[in-house]
Amino acid sequence: MPLQPLLLLSAALFCVGIYGVVSRRNAVGVLLSVELMMNAVNINLVAFSHYHGSHVGQTFAVFSIALTVAEVVVGLALVILLYRAEKDVAVDGVQALKE
Amino acid sequence: MDPIAFGIVAACLLLAALFVVSSKNLVHAVLWLAVTLATTAVLFVLLQAPFLAGIQILLYTGGVITLMLFGVMLTRRHERVFIENETSSRRRVPGILAAAVLFGVIASATYKTPGLPTATGRGSVSTQEIGKAFLTDHLLAFEVLSILLLVAMIGAIVLARKADFGKERERVIPVRGEKAT
Repeated sequence: MPLQPLLLLSAALFCVGIYGVVSRRNAVGVLLSVELMMNAVNINLVAFSHYHGSHVGQTFAVFSIALTVAEVVVGLALVILLYRAEKDVAVDGVQALKE
Repeated sequence: MDPIAFGIVAACLLLAALFVVSSKNLVHAVLWLAVTLATTAVLFVLLQAPFLAGIQILLYTGGVITLMLFGVMLTRRHERVFIENETSSRRRVPGILAAAVLFGVIASATYKTPGLPTATGRGSVSTQEIGKAFLTDHLLAFEVLSILLLVAMIGAIVLARKADFGKERERVIPVRGEKAT
């Protein structure tokens, strides 16, 4: 099987994630969509690693997964902070970073 | 890789991803994300990356999903679970446009790029190789990553902690005493 279908699958997942980021109003929903996008990136890395027969792609994917987890932790902390400040987590009203 | 297996996994992935971005109830969206991530682990197994499949299940399906569920439940406003007008057409149309344009660009680039590998390489990459690469070629990145995780942890605690935590405790306790008397 050629590589292209895998790349297309990952591109499609990434685009679904972009749609989610643009259309969700809830901040946690936006974070979920960002997760989808990161997942698409990992699929790409692993696919290239498999087709080139090299371990570098998988090593990079492990780094990327750890980065994603760190991002989720900080993102959720920000969402909870937002909820405490505004009593709401809809992203369209938020403009101030600091009260 | 077996094309039929790939087709099934790809269909499951796309369907679950669409439910993640479209379901009204955010708890359901998180659970659909769990399905997406677990299916990705299956895809990793098909791509002969068992170590990454394990990490995917452990970190994403175990850790991130739990965190997300906490996030949803800590930030909901009312008893009933969710927000009407979660997506309005004002936001949906630009979203679909952006996604479609980007997908078109990537798809055409994918098919126009010469020299993409067509057959698989030398087969499975062993976990041993990945571990060795961590501690030899990518040692610096590995150490920087561990510092980043520490910083993210401290940052999350600092951000989510109440700013006047000490004061609030002092304030709360007498009030309770007052009610009791």
